[in-house]
Amino acid sequence: MVLLPFCVTAVSAARGGISVAVDLLWRPLVGELLFNSLLLIVCTTLCCAVIGTTAAWLVERTDLPGKKFFAVLAVIPLAIPAFITSYAWLSLSPALETFWGALLVVTMSYYPLVYLPVAAALREMDPALEETARVLGNNVTAVFLRVVLPQLRPALLGGMLLVALNTLVEFGAFALLRFRTFTTAIYAAYRAGFSGAEPALLAMILIVLCLACLVGEHFARGKAQYGRLARGVRREAAKYELGGSAALAFIGFIVFAVVAVGVPLGTIGYWLTQPSDPATTVSPYSLSALAQATWASVRLASGGAALTLFLALPLAILATRYENWLTTLLERCAYLAQGAPGIVVALALISLTVHSVSPLYQSTFLLLVAYAIVFLPLALVSVRAALLQAQKQLEEAGRSLGLGRLSVLLRITLPLAAPGLGAALAMVFIATLTELTATLLLAPIGTQTLATQIWADTSTVAFAAAAPFAAVMAVLSMAASWLLARRFGTASVFAPKTSAGAV
Amino acid sequence: MPRNIHYLAAIGFTLGLGLQGASAQPDTLTLYSAQHPQVDAMLVAAFTKETGIKVRVHEGEGPDIASQIIQEGSASPADVFFTENSPELNLLDEKQLLAPVAPGTLSQIPAQYNAQDGDWLGVLARENVLAFNPDEINASALPPSLLDLAKPEWKGKVGIAPSDADFLPLVSAVIKQYGKPAALAWLQGLKENGAIYQDDEGVVAAVNRGSVATGIINNYYWYRLETELGADKTISRIHHFSDGDIGALINVSGAAILKSSRHQAEAQKFLAFLVSPSAQEMLGASNIDYEYPLRPGVSANKKLPPFKSLQPPVISVSQLGDDQEAGQLLQQAGLI
Repeated sequence: MVLLPFCVTAVSAARGGISVAVDLLWRPLVGELLFNSLLLIVCTTLCCAVIGTTAAWLVERTDLPGKKFFAVLAVIPLAIPAFITSYAWLSLSPALETFWGALLVVTMSYYPLVYLPVAAALREMDPALEETARVLGNNVTAVFLRVVLPQLRPALLGGMLLVALNTLVEFGAFALLRFRTFTTAIYAAYRAGFSGAEPALLAMILIVLCLACLVGEHFARGKAQYGRLARGVRREAAKYELGGSAALAFIGFIVFAVVAVGVPLGTIGYWLTQPSDPATTVSPYSLSALAQATWASVRLASGGAALTLFLALPLAILATRYENWLTTLLERCAYLAQGAPGIVVALALISLTVHSVSPLYQSTFLLLVAYAIVFLPLALVSVRAALLQAQKQLEEAGRSLGLGRLSVLLRITLPLAAPGLGAALAMVFIATLTELTATLLLAPIGTQTLATQIWADTSTVAFAAAAPFAAVMAVLSMAASWLLARRFGTASVFAPKTSAGAV
Repeated sequence: MPRNIHYLAAIGFTLGLGLQGASAQPDTLTLYSAQHPQVDAMLVAAFTKETGIKVRVHEGEGPDIASQIIQEGSASPADVFFTENSPELNLLDEKQLLAPVAPGTLSQIPAQYNAQDGDWLGVLARENVLAFNPDEINASALPPSLLDLAKPEWKGKVGIAPSDADFLPLVSAVIKQYGKPAALAWLQGLKENGAIYQDDEGVVAAVNRGSVATGIINNYYWYRLETELGADKTISRIHHFSDGDIGALINVSGAAILKSSRHQAEAQKFLAFLVSPSAQEMLGASNIDYEYPLRPGVSANKKLPPFKSLQPPVISVSQLGDDQEAGQLLQQAGLI
């Protein structure tokens, strides 16, 4: 099922024939898109690397005042969808409809993908090496460059590639900023010709770029192991005193927090107080419209989460309990879905159902299937972990006491793994709630979700009208993330996003 | 650990939640619309109030919906297609996908704004204009013809949105009037000169903030921006092309009934409603649409210059064709 979008896209792309493909791909626009996308990815990745690493170092390794507070602040952007950040900035000034605006928005949305793994690596790092380097006469900067940075390499590179991958597949943020990348071009081509060869051809390029990121990320993480080999109680990593520059760092962090978190949330708050004008307002603001959209979003997100888990569970059981080359291959295939952006999955499902499986066309179920494909990797990571924690011996004991396979599954394995499954469910729920692309393309006629409402209003520059929907979505997403973090630990919320590709 | 059973129950419950309400309603009219969603919402609410017939709306861009209907073929869920530009209706008409509109409805609108064969109905019209920012360019320096904007002296001074559905009819009109080679040269000049935006909303906003001196748009984007920003923040102004220049082309918003529709009678009612005095007056009076109602005797929004004062080129809706050549030329010129 996960491979389906790839196949359908390839078939649709090939349908036009070679000459058409060459004509379509060999035009100036494609070069321009490639240049736009790659330049943005390189810049975003570098900015995220610098910001993420600096923030992580300040929080983990210095005596920065208020760093516990900053540690929370630094990850909040992950709970705010990028297109909401984009909406917030755009409504501040339409002059951000440029390369720099796009760079600002994606950097502020995705730097936690670098911050989190780097912060974790800094925490885990053995202080002995740094101390030795200091004793040998290196100053702080030299120690960082020669000792700390090399050790950070796997975490940093992995994070950077995830930023690149997310930037590649990001659609809403760029579409709102009217910055052209592959995803927006695919959407435009779809709009112009529905499901012809052109969007499929562009999608193929995008898939190739995504898979390149995935493979790169796999190697970046897989190769180097800088973990401590020695056992025993780990000493806490070295802390540096900032001294005179503490105030500077503190102010810098405050400014940064304002830019990353304050602006998106503050702007939404500001627009909430503004009257929305009926000329540009898509749906006149009313509590019932808000309630309906919220309900539709929650309903679809629940269904999406359940279906995703329903598919992830057997896959994870096979992969953990019946490990062989076939099940490993199956599992790997599922992770491939990370290389299929929402827009590609949605388009493939449309071209598949409009002609052949027409009862599913424009149905709620098809949208849920799209969610399941896109978020399968996310669910798989934590379901797999949960099953590994549920001890096999208990199952064996159950079997020896005369229970059948199904009874063991229902009475022993699933209850043991339930908290992990709950976490997976909640994670996919949050991700689905904030999903825009597939929802936009596949939502059945007449279904308006929070995401599609924000989209419709923001595309017609009705910022005030979009605010209530954006506020509800931001609050829901942050509240759900917070609950999840409280219940299952911070790692359960953010780790899968940052490590799924590495499994 | 009975507590953990709750998680499992939750999973089952949520799946059920997601799937409920997925069935289609039989007595509901399905409208595929490329109109602005606000206009649709206003019209649909009034129509349902008047007739009791419910309408569900699928929104999109005109060319996108037209190709969607073609792909869906006889299985299309759409009953009515309401769009902002006549070429998309001509395209569906050529593919034999439209059912004839009731003569009594057609006769409410002057014949030149309807399909010649009576398969679609003109509802509203609007004008192509050039938005300009007086801080960036003097009104006296504005070009007499749209074609001038491709000349070298306009480099960097003109904003366009070639991927907006409203740009295609303009290209079709230039092809019709001046031939394909001249149209291609014009587009290549625009590509050389132009700042490219995603849509007309982007163009008019860019002109207003002074990012680009002028921009080719349909008139109503400017009025909508003015309504959103307020008159004091709207620095930009509108320049009307005159003397039948191609730049003053009139775009016709029209509606049609799909041949495949299983709600022919209700669909006819909806079209009749669109050109009824009450709907046309509502559209003309509102600060939402800023298009010219085509029903004789109904006045447009007071902010607009009178329809009679416009000086559009003489190109009929059937001469304008189906935009297919325009799309190809845009690709050839590297604009899309």
